[in-house]
Amino acid sequence: MSNYTARLRRLLKPGRGWVIAVPLLWLTLFFLLPFGIVLKISLSEAAISIPPYGPIFDYANETLNVVVSFGNYLFLATDTLYVSAYWGSVKIALLATVLCLAIGYPMAYAMARAPAHWQLVLLLLVMLPSWTSFLIRVYAWMGILSNNGLVNNLLIWAGVIDSPIRMLNTNFAVILGIVYAYLPFMVLPLYANLTRLDVSLLEAAEDLGSRQFNTFLRVTLPLSKGGIIAGSMLVFIPAVGEYVIPELLGGPNTVMIGKVLWEEFFHNRDWPVASALAMVMLAILIVPIALFHRYQSRELQE
Amino acid sequence: MRKPSFTTAMLIVGLVFLYLPMIILVVYSFNSSRLVTVWAGFSAHWYVELLRDQQILSAVWTSLRIAFFSASMAVCLGTLAAFVMVRFARFRGKTALSSMVTAPLVMPEVITGLSLLLLFVHMAQLIGWPADRGMVTIWIAHTTFCSAYVAVVVASRLREVDLSIEEAAMDLGSRPVRTFFQITLPVIAPALAAGWLLAFTLSLDDLVIASFVSGPGATTLPMVVFSSVRMGVSPKINALATLIILAVSLATFLAWYLMRRSEARRRQAMLQDMTAGR
Repeated sequence: MSNYTARLRRLLKPGRGWVIAVPLLWLTLFFLLPFGIVLKISLSEAAISIPPYGPIFDYANETLNVVVSFGNYLFLATDTLYVSAYWGSVKIALLATVLCLAIGYPMAYAMARAPAHWQLVLLLLVMLPSWTSFLIRVYAWMGILSNNGLVNNLLIWAGVIDSPIRMLNTNFAVILGIVYAYLPFMVLPLYANLTRLDVSLLEAAEDLGSRQFNTFLRVTLPLSKGGIIAGSMLVFIPAVGEYVIPELLGGPNTVMIGKVLWEEFFHNRDWPVASALAMVMLAILIVPIALFHRYQSRELQE
Repeated sequence: MRKPSFTTAMLIVGLVFLYLPMIILVVYSFNSSRLVTVWAGFSAHWYVELLRDQQILSAVWTSLRIAFFSASMAVCLGTLAAFVMVRFARFRGKTALSSMVTAPLVMPEVITGLSLLLLFVHMAQLIGWPADRGMVTIWIAHTTFCSAYVAVVVASRLREVDLSIEEAAMDLGSRPVRTFFQITLPVIAPALAAGWLLAFTLSLDDLVIASFVSGPGATTLPMVVFSSVRMGVSPKINALATLIILAVSLATFLAWYLMRRSEARRRQAMLQDMTAGR
């Protein structure tokens, strides 16, 4: 066996370099390098020019001047708008993640325990919404939650309320939208994890007299830790930077960092501040991203 | 007859939660009233309006072309990346590569979009390319984040593949490239197809990244939908949404039907590919 693998490896040798080089180059150029540029521009000063930022390196009279400005970062720290946008994003994303987990875990559990011929159908049913347009699904809630929307009309018709409750353009709508849009991403890794669960362990716990709930708490839950982490990170990280959902479902009180960044960039045309906003967001997300990556690389090694 | 358990009940509630808004949207797309929320009788009027809208039709065409090229390129790059991650022994830079492959899966879109745009602006200053942003820059951006999804789908399939057949082919004198195309590729073909479809739908759906990296020349469908939705709910968009939901459901049903016909083993493998996809 090892003889064959050695041979395989030797035979692959000439082409090997290319196989590694192509994706590595592409990702370095279009994924890693751009972050360096964002960092660079976040340290420059805004200017009225095209593109709208000042140079960092200036070579004149045989001297290289490097002008690094931390003004953008100081600006972010002193303006309460940005601080509350970061805090608001993290809070909303955290709440949505917990809700997704609370709804998604039982769903994934039921799917993993379903008869084998049902599992593929159920999986398709959960996946299908995430394949249809994200924008359209968020938009669907606009019609349901608006003041003369379906929910309000139903409640008025039933006599529960007299005048419509304001639901659209609130933080409630934003959290609902995030839970709705990202629920499949929570269910899938949990389902993948729970189907691999060794059933004999559960049987052993039962044989030893453990109650069903106790077994779940002390055997199933710890064993599905990987799925919980992966699912939670798949929801939390993109939710922090979410732009579409707060823009369509949120109101004047919803301050989320993705929306603020978008406005700084497209409306105020302040590229350095937008870059600094992105860098700080990345710094906040570095631990969750590392957590996700650790889980993902463990999956790939299995 | 067993009483349905708590988890089964939650599964049903969860599925209703996922589907009800879309069903309501479909029903209301046949509303004849201009007011979206007031039912005034059945009509296909908004579909006719939709098909007359030149702006939407040309945006659909732009989006379809970008999605086709992005998905095709992403399958090539993603498959190479998956191959390196699964089959190659440790080498310097392997950890860096696999981190870069999986990072776009979770990266907030605003960060990806902004960083790519700044790169393109820099490149234009430095080497004069791309002179204007449009379909090519969107294609590059979409390829980059779609490759991540393809790589995960293909990698999970590649791990299942029995190495002995490839080794046998090599023993019989087949060269690596030929072995790949004649043995490995057909075996992982379902995963490539799944990855291509996933990349295609992801590219069709992307609003934020495309908005950052596109110029005035290229307007994709999500950009048109977004700008009209921002103004409020419109019946024409309900009709468009219904058509999108219909197309995706049909494609999914077709995939499911084809999978059901193929043997059980492959079905199991596809299932794992799909779960690894996100």
